Order: sequence, then structure tokens, then C-alpha cells
Amino acid sequence: MTSNDTALMAHLLRRAGFGANRDELERYLGMGYDDAVETLLNPSDPANIPDDLIRRYHVEQSELRDLPGSAAYWMYRMISTTCPSEEKIALFWHGLFATGYTKLNQARALLDQVDMFRRSGLGSFEVLLLELSRDPAMMLWLDNNENHRDSMNENFGRELLELFSMGIGNYTEDDVKACARAFTGWTLGNAEYMAVRAFKDSIWPYGRIAWHFEYREDDHDDGEKTFLGETGNFNGEEIIAIIVKQESTARFLATRLFQFFGADEVTEAGEKVIDEMMATYFSSGYQIRDMLRTLFHSGFFKSDEARFARVKGPVEMVVGAIRMSGNYQTPFLGIENVSRTMLYMGQGLLQPPTVEGWHEGVEWIDSGALVERVNFAAKELSNVSSPGVRSIIERLAASSEDGVLAPSDLADGCLDLLGPIQVSEETRSILVDYASRHGDLDLNGHQPGDEAEQQVGNMLRLVAATKEYQLA
Amino acid sequence: MTTTKREKSLIVIQLTGGNDYLNTIVPYGDGRYYDSRSTVNIPQEKVIPIDNQVGFNPSMGPIKTLWDEGHVAIINGIGYENPNRSHFRSMDIWHTAEPDAIGREGWLGRTIRDLDPQGDNVLTGINFGRGLPRAMACPGVSVTSVGDLATYGLFPDIEDEDLRMFTLEAFSKMYGGAAGRDPVMDLLSRTGQDSIHGADILRTAPAMYSSSVEYAPNALAQNVKSISQVFHADLGARILYTAHGLFDTHSGELPTHAKLLDDVAGAVGCLMDDLKEHGREDDAAILIFSEFGRRIKDNGSGSDHGSGGVAFLIGGAVEGGMYGEYPSLAEAQQLEGDLRSNNDFRSTYTGILEDWLGLDPVPIVNGQFEKMSLFQS
Repeated sequence: MTSNDTALMAHLLRRAGFGANRDELERYLGMGYDDAVETLLNPSDPANIPDDLIRRYHVEQSELRDLPGSAAYWMYRMISTTCPSEEKIALFWHGLFATGYTKLNQARALLDQVDMFRRSGLGSFEVLLLELSRDPAMMLWLDNNENHRDSMNENFGRELLELFSMGIGNYTEDDVKACARAFTGWTLGNAEYMAVRAFKDSIWPYGRIAWHFEYREDDHDDGEKTFLGETGNFNGEEIIAIIVKQESTARFLATRLFQFFGADEVTEAGEKVIDEMMATYFSSGYQIRDMLRTLFHSGFFKSDEARFARVKGPVEMVVGAIRMSGNYQTPFLGIENVSRTMLYMGQGLLQPPTVEGWHEGVEWIDSGALVERVNFAAKELSNVSSPGVRSIIERLAASSEDGVLAPSDLADGCLDLLGPIQVSEETRSILVDYASRHGDLDLNGHQPGDEAEQQVGNMLRLVAATKEYQLA
Repeated sequence: MTTTKREKSLIVIQLTGGNDYLNTIVPYGDGRYYDSRSTVNIPQEKVIPIDNQVGFNPSMGPIKTLWDEGHVAIINGIGYENPNRSHFRSMDIWHTAEPDAIGREGWLGRTIRDLDPQGDNVLTGINFGRGLPRAMACPGVSVTSVGDLATYGLFPDIEDEDLRMFTLEAFSKMYGGAAGRDPVMDLLSRTGQDSIHGADILRTAPAMYSSSVEYAPNALAQNVKSISQVFHADLGARILYTAHGLFDTHSGELPTHAKLLDDVAGAVGCLMDDLKEHGREDDAAILIFSEFGRRIKDNGSGSDHGSGGVAFLIGGAVEGGMYGEYPSLAEAQQLEGDLRSNNDFRSTYTGILEDWLGLDPVPIVNGQFEKMSLFQS
């Protein structure tokens, strides 16, 4: 049976990545837990489907002009990268600093923002907030291009405090105004023209033009401001330096990281981990990587309480199933229909519903979404011609000395190789009953797509349809 | 079936991509139309006249027939202030009834919540098409999405029917466990049961329906046929939604637009015939809308994103006629080269919610709007 080491490593890889097939899992097991954590927290030099190959097949992904092509482009990267943690981190920030295609009509600027999350998403939170405040997509999304010395627009200033750092209740309306004033003049190059084009959804006459940050000193309100009890002629940099010092910021960030990487619900044990992550936040100089290290090494994270304590988000569901099946590792002309299934499940990449991002956890589950989730994963994992499923069949065949698997061996083997997934006794007995339909499974001399392999496919389909598979 | 009082249903057809108002209800009596639309126009002799000023696109014959019967409300110049020409944003605005901020709840999601506050019927709101339009999205409100009524449900890819039934039985057992141990597992169980239940009921709909009406093979007509089947099966569906497109006719507009309008008019004509055949034409109203109209001047082959548009409300109980005003084509009256809207879409929503569905419109459309009275009194 599965050792706890294997189960724990699979757990870590579901959280820091999108789950792992057995080959990948064994590679990490070879490193040991501590080195695996370090590898995941220091993603370097990822390999994924190369851009030139994607561009040769997908005109729309070459131009990155529209939403479906751009979402599929990011999904390609998620399903093929050798550094899944890098994409998982980017997804976390995409949900927290939620910026959407609607209103921007500029997918390239959004993907530049995602690149920024890859680059800075594990470093200092102060640097990350600074980069966010200079991010052109964010500027337009929250109207900071309309935030002028003589006519203030509070949208960005407010959300920076409410949704991106401290959380409501930790500052006053005067702080919001001071914050917004400090960010006057922070805009994007040729902002007026770009805003009109975004508003009119026009690609004419020059197609999509890259956006870049611009600081307009003459539009900046350099007057004295009092912000969170400190007074000075603050600019945006000083405001962020004050924000990151706040305990509320530490709590906000630690909680959000905990809920995304640890558990949906914050229990008493979870509170203690959040406290430890907050302490790390301050002792490390606001380093996100160090906070996650604290989480991944905590007793809570390694305990049963944290296992399967998150509802998989749609992106995790789709990317996880595809990484397991091994499909779409080369350009596939129907790829937009694949990435669109995430939207059908309630989470379209690059199109969060609002600046609040997605409501996660149990809110992912409704009857329409559940049907999509089950149907997608069941279909993806039951196809015995997929490379990942073929590898599972080979491993199952090799797991038995005589090549014959009793129904319980088949059920347990599938649960193990798709996870290991921990299921209730009831679920397991239903799976075993299901496997008993054809008695013992003889995999001797199995051939691609034959009856025996199909039985494995059927078993994998039902495992992918379990309640437990909905959880990460 | 002898139900004494039937509840009213709203059927929504979304024209995705920005339907060209000027070539839908054509101002053929105004020379400025032909001046601005030197290439992308409907010639005078082809227009189906309504009066000596405006008329239907020639592809809209079936809707003209309904117009003559007094069942069609044409809502002219519909839109909102400071129109946004982005498809996504403008559609969001129509969906959430919230032009100024990015709204979270869809107006029909709220409507479904108010129609069925306890969430007793998973079929109160149904979208025909995959995913959920934002109009129907509302936290805590369950809406069913049907990609294809014939294969709706779990494991549609299993071809062997015995295996599919066997797998569904196993699924049903896995999601049928006793409640009480873990709230997330309970939610999953309940939702899994709801999915099976909804699919079981929906699967009965085609069998409960018979009709002499033959719908065209295009996607919209087939979705509208599914709507008709579910509606006539009396499953308590109140909001039935589907979308058709793509109306984003930047180039090659004339043939594309003709085909799309032909699809819409054909499907709506069939649906009304179907409703009449079942004596139900007074129980359903069909709203047709698009996120915006298109630029007054053509671009030589098509037309670009504009603002003021047209919507339709069709049904036996609808008071047919012209609503709103056709926006002027005079240059001084234009809005940056677009038709200027003169009535807010939320007035139409208000009329439908209050007069048809019997709900308080104010919290649904985010405020008090002058009601567009569109139904026979």
C-alpha cells in the first residue's frame, strides 16, 4: 500500500502544482520532502511547449488579440511546463489581483501581467505591490489613468488597501484619499488614446499596441499627505512601504496564501499556521517564498487535516486532469474548446468576474459546474490511448506478478496512480463493486484499446467521478 | 394536463456580437441611411415595409407575420448612457444591469432567486448552451446549463448504453451517502443528486412533447426547439435562455447578417407556431437583444461597433407596436457616429419583471427606471 511519504508528496504537488503523474511524483520522492519544497519554491528555467511551435499552428495565439486564444495560450503553458509551481503561483495572484479582459480588450497586457506574477510572485510583497501599481493592465482596469492631480479617481487607491493588502476595516476613508493622491500621475504611456481604444474595442489602425508604465510628474500631487498615521509628501513607493509594515497586511496575505495552498477553511490549527506565516513575513522582509516554506513545513500542512481540504478550482481540475492524461503536449487545433471548459465550470482564465476575483472553495460547486467537472475529468482519464493512461495501464500490469488483478486490486491501483487519492470506505466499496462487473482483470498480452484496457479506462472514469476527486 | 393557472415564462435570445440595428429595422425612407450605408445597405425594394419610413430586413418574414398579428414589440433606440463599445463590457452591462461598476450578480440570476427563493426547482432557470451567461449567474442560485438536450447529463461520451447506466448507478450510489459527517462532502452529495435529478427530469421532456412544427437544423433553431420541449413539459422552467451569433459583422456583412436574421426569425416563427399549436402563446414572452448596435457609416464591407440598438419582445400577450423612437440619422443627433439611444434597457427589464413575472424590479435592475409597458392590459 502507499506509504505516507508518497501520499504527502502527492499532497504537496497538488497544492504547489496541479497534481502529478507517477513518474513526476517519483522524481520528487527521489529528492526527499525538503528538497522538493525548495525546488517548488525556486522554479527555474521551465520548459514548456515552445512559442514558435504554438504560433505556427495558432494565428490567434501568435497575435494574442482575443480572449479565447490568449486563455488557451496560458493553458498550454500550465499543462506542459516542467515548473508547475510557477504557474500555480501566477494563478494565485491572478485570482487575488484579479484583472479581466473585459474593459481592457488587451490580452497581451494581461499576459504581461501574468509574466510579472511569474517573475515576482514569490519574492518580496513590497516589490510585488510596486510592480502591480505600475502594471498597465491594472492601471486601466482600476482607472488609475483617470487619477489626476486635479481630479482624483480613488478606484485603484481603494482596492489596493481593501482587496490587495490590508482588507476592509483597517484604514479610514481619509487613508483611501491619501493613498489615491499618492498614485496620481501613475499611468500608462499614451493613456488617453489607449483608454479610448479599449473603450471602443478597436484594433484599428495598428492592431494591439503594447502598453507600458508611465509616471507623469506634472500630473502627480506632491502635496503633504497623512496616511495610516504617518505624514509626508508621499509618493506611491512610500505608501506601499507603509502598507507592507502593517500587521493587517501580514494577516491578509498569510490568510489568502493559507486558503489557496493550505485549506479552504481556517480552523484553529490553521490560525496557528497563519500566525507563523505572519511572523515569517516580518522576519524575512516580506518574502512570499518564505511564508510558503513555513506553510509547507508546518505540522498542519503535513497532517491529515490538510489533506483534500480544498475544493479544486476549475483551472486546477482541467489542468490537473490533462497533466495526468498527458494529452495536448503538441499544438491541437481544438485547444480553445478545451480551455473553454474551465469557463463552463466557472473560472475562465483572464476573465475573473470582478476585481474581487473568484469566490473559491465550496462556491465552485453547483449542479451545472459539477456535471462539467465530472464529464471533463471522466472523459480525459478514461481514454486508453492517452499517453498518461497508457502509462497507468503498464504500471497496473506490472503491479501484479501474474498480470491478473482482482477487482479490489484494480480499484486500489487506480486510486493510487491517480493520486494517491484517499477515499471513504463507502466510495471504495462502490468502486470495487464496479470493478467486479467483469471479475478478475487479466492484463496479460493486453493490446492498445482492447477489452482489458477498456476496463481500466472504465475504472479510471469512475475514480475521476468520485466526490473525493473534486478535492485537492 | 389541466393546470388551472399557468405561470408565465420568459425566453431570452441573445444576439451575440452587436446586431446591426440599421439593417434589422431599416430606415429605408431616410436618404441619409443610403448616404451613410453606401455599400452595406438593404435596397428599398427589398425592405419589408412597416410604414413608409422603416421596414424589416428581408430575412425577417416570419417576424413580420407575427408583427401583423400584433404580437411583436419593437423597442427602438435601446441602450444606456455613455455606451461602451467593447463586446465583453457592454454585454456585462446588459447582463448585470450595472453600467457604472463591475457587477457580480446577473439580472436573471436575481430574477430566478426571487421566483424560487428556496431553490426548490433546479429547472427554474435553464440556459441552452454550455456554461452560464452572466445574466443568469448569481451566488447561491442554481441554474441548469444544457449543451444538448438529447445527451444532457453525466457521462455523455459513453456510447455503450448498458455501461452508461451501470456507471450512472455507481455515481448515484457514491453521491447518495448519508449526510452529516462533513459539510463539503454533503454539499457534493446533494449537488450530485441534483444533477442526476435535473437530468432525469429533463430527459423526459422530449417524450412529453409532440408537435407538427419542424425546426431548422441550425444551432439556434435546435436550441429553441429544446426550449419549446422543456417549456411544454411543464417542468416549472420560468427563465429559458439561449444565444446566437456571431453578429460581429465587420466584414462581409450582408450575406452573414441575412443568414443570422433568417436563423432568428425562423426559430422565433417556429416557436410561436409551436406555442399556438399547444394553446400556450399567452404563457411565454420572447426577449431578443444584443449588446449594442453598429456604426452608422459602413466600412465598405461591414460595420463597426456602435451604440444605440433595437430589442424585440414577442408573444401572444405582448402589445405589438413601436416603442421608443427611431434615433435620428441627422449628424447633429449622432453620438460619435453612432445612433444615440433614447431609452434605457433597464426600463424594458422593469416592464418585463413587473408586468410579466410579477416581481419587484428595483432591486433586480439596480434602481428605479421608467417602466416600458409592453404587455396587453
